[in-house]
Amino acid sequence: MHAASRFSTFTVARYVLVEARRGGLPWLAAASALAALALSGFLSQVAITEGAALQAAASAALLRGCAVFLIAAHVVASVVREQNDKGLELALALPISRAVWYLGKLIGFACTGALIAALFALPLLIWAAPGDLVAWGLALAAETALVAAAALFFASALGQTVAAISAAAGLYLLARSISAIQAIASGPLTDDSLASDVARWLVDALALLLPRLDGVARGDWLLYGAPPAAELVQTLSGLCFYFVLLAAAGLFDISRRNL
Amino acid sequence: MSRIAARLSARFSPGDARPLSAVPGWILGLLAAAFAAQVGWQFTHRAVAPSAADLPAAPSAQALRLASLGETASLARLAMLWLQAFDSRGDNAIAYRQLDYGRLVDWLGAILATDPLSNYPLFAAARVYAENADPRKARRMFDFIESEFARDPNRRWPSLAHAALLAKHRLHDLPLARRYAAAIQRLTTNPTIPGWAQQMEIFILEGMNELEAAKVMLGGLLATGRIRDPEERRFLQGRLAEIENRLNSPAKGENR
Repeated sequence: MHAASRFSTFTVARYVLVEARRGGLPWLAAASALAALALSGFLSQVAITEGAALQAAASAALLRGCAVFLIAAHVVASVVREQNDKGLELALALPISRAVWYLGKLIGFACTGALIAALFALPLLIWAAPGDLVAWGLALAAETALVAAAALFFASALGQTVAAISAAAGLYLLARSISAIQAIASGPLTDDSLASDVARWLVDALALLLPRLDGVARGDWLLYGAPPAAELVQTLSGLCFYFVLLAAAGLFDISRRNL
Repeated sequence: MSRIAARLSARFSPGDARPLSAVPGWILGLLAAAFAAQVGWQFTHRAVAPSAADLPAAPSAQALRLASLGETASLARLAMLWLQAFDSRGDNAIAYRQLDYGRLVDWLGAILATDPLSNYPLFAAARVYAENADPRKARRMFDFIESEFARDPNRRWPSLAHAALLAKHRLHDLPLARRYAAAIQRLTTNPTIPGWAQQMEIFILEGMNELEAAKVMLGGLLATGRIRDPEERRFLQGRLAEIENRLNSPAKGENR
């Protein structure tokens, strides 16, 4: 990609960030942070021990869920609205390619997710060690970037708000639970019949096509310490591979589409 | 739904989409490389069943109920599937041998308290975890089964009956087996419970070997029509075949 394309990509990304700032997203994120802190504060009041730990763990889990939902809903709403308003056709009438437009959107949404992750990590400084919180925040930023990439892909390919949000949510939930599903499927009590073998094989094949989100940005990192740097890098590398795969799939889809 | 299907079909039908040659080569290359990298990465970092040491402390039944968001029956059964994955890896010589039975009992108790009508926790306790070769662990599980049996004898007697059988034939602890048999006889009141179960003390005292006793029990259970679940039937028949094989092996004398 030459310098002019790079410039155009960042221009598109900048406008994505401007759109996010001018919409209701910052207020929604702030409201989510306040609601999560208030709910965890209430829970810690009724706990007879480990009040601070309860507040940190509950806040982290709630904020993680909020970050994922907010970024997915924002991306889908933005892309579908743009498709309905023929904004894509208008953008492509300018001297930018489809790939530049798509990558610009992706970078913009990933940065939006990173900003939400930073905003959500900030209040957790009250209870967590800064080093652990940095690891948690980084992992949350990577997770939101991946969810943004999935939401952009589905919104762009399906063009329907409900269908795209459902598909992104389905992928996310499957990615959070695939390790447990795989472990359950490999137990010694399962049947040795052909159907069971096929089911096990299908679960293993499905696992190859999914990221592992169950080990990312976990609330226990804030209580018992984040994983060692090497393990964290390995976890984030897995997400990085999947992010590139989603980006490539989205680029492929938009390149083949008749507008 | 049909609109989405039509849209997907239109999007991916070769007639509507632009030809593959319209896709820049670097995008095709990136897609292929990213797919290969994803599959390769996940293949080398495959998840395995958690080890015994990974079993965390059990939550309270109230916490499980809260987490179920009202779907206690569903959560209890899913929790059982999750629990039985611990220490069950294919490379284990003997599954569940290393498990911390204190924690395991806490988990089973919490799951059973979440859905007291579920048969799964006590079935797993009696038929899977109580068959541990370590007598201390087996006894720990027997104690759990006995205490839970007392809360609902008419529903939970099959687990205690199996515990009585194991106490006699695996632990060779006849007083313990008689205690369990007497408890079934004393506490069950449902007329649909088979006669052999209510006279189990006599049945325990008879000189049957483990296979004969297991056959009587399984045959009795099947005859009452209590085992309607095909998976449970298959599991029990598999266990019966295992006992048969074990008793037919050269070291069979030990278990008689």
